[in-house]
Amino acid sequence: MDFFPHRHLLGIKGLNERDITGLLDLADEAVKISRQREKKTSTLRGLTQINLFFEASTRTQSSFELAGKRLGADVMNMSVGNSSVKKGETLIDTAMTLNAMHPDVLVVRHSSAGAAALLAQKVSCSVINAGDGQHEHPTQALLDALTIRRAKGKLSRIIVAICGDVLHSRVARSNILLLNQMGARVRVVAPATLLPAGIAEMGAEVYHSMEEGLKDADVVMMLRLQRERMAGAFVPSVREYFRYYGLDAQKLKAAKDDALVMHPGPMNRGVEIASEIADGPQSVIEQQVEMGVAVRMAVMEALLVSQHQGGLNNQGFRA
Amino acid sequence: MTDLVLTNLRIIDPSRNLDETGTIVIRDGVILAAGSDATRQGHPEGATVQDCRGLVAVPGLVDARVFVGEPGAEHRETIASAAQAAAVGGITSFIAMPDTDPVIDDIALVEFVMKTARDKAVVNVYPAAALTKGLHGTEMTEFGLLSEAGAVCFTNGRAALHDTLVLRRAMTYAREFGMVIALESRDKYLGAGGVMNEGLLASWLGLSGVPREAEIIPLERDLRVAGLTRAAYHAAKISLPESVDAITLARSRGVNVTSGISINHLSLNENDIGEYRTFFKVTPPLRGEDDRKAMVQALADGRIDIIVSSHDPQDVDTKRLPFADAADGAIGLETMLAAALRLYHSGEVPLIRLIDALSTRPAQIFGLDAGTLKPGARADITLIDLDEPWVVAKEAIVSRSKNTPFENARFTGRAVRTYVAGKCVHSL
Repeated sequence: MDFFPHRHLLGIKGLNERDITGLLDLADEAVKISRQREKKTSTLRGLTQINLFFEASTRTQSSFELAGKRLGADVMNMSVGNSSVKKGETLIDTAMTLNAMHPDVLVVRHSSAGAAALLAQKVSCSVINAGDGQHEHPTQALLDALTIRRAKGKLSRIIVAICGDVLHSRVARSNILLLNQMGARVRVVAPATLLPAGIAEMGAEVYHSMEEGLKDADVVMMLRLQRERMAGAFVPSVREYFRYYGLDAQKLKAAKDDALVMHPGPMNRGVEIASEIADGPQSVIEQQVEMGVAVRMAVMEALLVSQHQGGLNNQGFRA
Repeated sequence: MTDLVLTNLRIIDPSRNLDETGTIVIRDGVILAAGSDATRQGHPEGATVQDCRGLVAVPGLVDARVFVGEPGAEHRETIASAAQAAAVGGITSFIAMPDTDPVIDDIALVEFVMKTARDKAVVNVYPAAALTKGLHGTEMTEFGLLSEAGAVCFTNGRAALHDTLVLRRAMTYAREFGMVIALESRDKYLGAGGVMNEGLLASWLGLSGVPREAEIIPLERDLRVAGLTRAAYHAAKISLPESVDAITLARSRGVNVTSGISINHLSLNENDIGEYRTFFKVTPPLRGEDDRKAMVQALADGRIDIIVSSHDPQDVDTKRLPFADAADGAIGLETMLAAALRLYHSGEVPLIRLIDALSTRPAQIFGLDAGTLKPGARADITLIDLDEPWVVAKEAIVSRSKNTPFENARFTGRAVRTYVAGKCVHSL
């Protein structure tokens, strides 16, 4: 990868095919490092990374933490609960306080769309969006892309079916953007109550039946259905949802024989995905977790090294 | 008070359908004459004569929907600071909404607003009283006593009224007092949680949308109840052509209905929100460009009666937040006229109709002693330079709050002098 022309990673929107390919190439290198016995590099030695999580997420936070540590950065975790303080009220104040400590990168998760962008305007370091409301979750889309590319060898012209609660999903939005940018064919499969307005213009073919939506798919990407949305509000019941939209062996048959099964986690087994599928031979859910660390290493390297040195000259990670 | 004579003006007075070059003669705060006739009458002895060549004189603007912070949130805006901002914007009268803390739902509070206005405000301030106690939408207020105290209309302010039975009784009762009920319409359930216009843009931004029907359905309901009760109903802040259609249809059925639109909805659209710009977060949400254009057309042909600023001061505490968490509202007293003049310069709305919508019509609808330059009227006059280019600078904003969606906007034309009862309260 040459120069990564962005200071922040706030979303997939704004990245072009070259940016994405560059990040994925870099992430491939990071996978190698993570598989060595000696996993620590000096790439970000002396730099400070703060993980600022306004919304609890063990998985994403530990993935970012590990990524920073493997790059040699000093990592600090800040978990700010949403309970006592009014949402958002502390966002800028907290950010300004942390900014005064001179971090080099802030990793932010917040329950409100646009929170990462707002923060990026106020602080003087790079900001990585680790999920902002229902807007974007760019590193998830990148890790999904890396997982697919390593399994299928390409992203262009493959058929990806994104199934489930697209309406509330930042993962879906980032994936739709990324996959379209890379030339994949994107389908969404969901009951109409779980699709956002204007979905047909967002770069996805819309299906309401799993059998049709999964037909000939190369990748089946399941989304998590939040518990509070299951009973009556958006779908009548868990059992009805599973009957029509839960991924089981029967429905998976419609997809290609070698189709990948993905899930961003954490899974609701028996709601959106049957256990036998989640643990089955087509599942790459564990690989996604591994790729998560690699992608986050790549993103931080790109933001913090590439832009400062005017390009990596393919030197990759420093031992 | 000495006499004042303003000469060589282009005088536009929609109340007399008048657009001509002439003179305005003012004595003791009252208009003696305004028009070409006045030029030939000569000047009273000892009068101050000012040559106003190049300027347009219109009846002082009347803004029927202004949210003030007093009492309760004086750090955002006081009655005095709102009046100052109004004067700068060429507004000589405004109706203050009852959404304060405490809510204006009692005669003592109406009297407080009127007294504060008399003592401290440079323009005329008319209180609107709450339609229901505490704006809770359940119990009606004392319409008779409140209107006697000086309330000019009843409204539920920012809060929509959900209970149809309460609405019916309030309208039935208000009719006896000849009072207008001004309401915003927003469905309690359909629009719940929505923070911007529902559609592709909201979907990409990950923001929950307010569907169009959330405005249309309760409006159509209100119009039915207005027909049933024969009350005077004012749809205070519509944003969609379907709402205009519903109102036009209700009028054809004989319903006594008028309508208003905020200047924001005539000037801006949902694209202006860009990447979560909270100064563009208003209610109803900014709609699409096609909607905006249709609303401008409806304003031009009179299907929409009036333009309001919907001035709603918010400070950094309530605006410097993620979009969904930020408060609704934008200030507008100082920019309403300039933003409206864009519609004149673009050829979409004739100037006399624009002034009608900004002054004469709102005064008629709410029964205010304003909106005209007829002899005998209070000398509330705004002098406009139609062609002066200017840029909205944050530092120049008079309002205590700075949440304008027009920061750095380039405008052509503005109020260069504002007279209230013959007294100059703003001069550039």
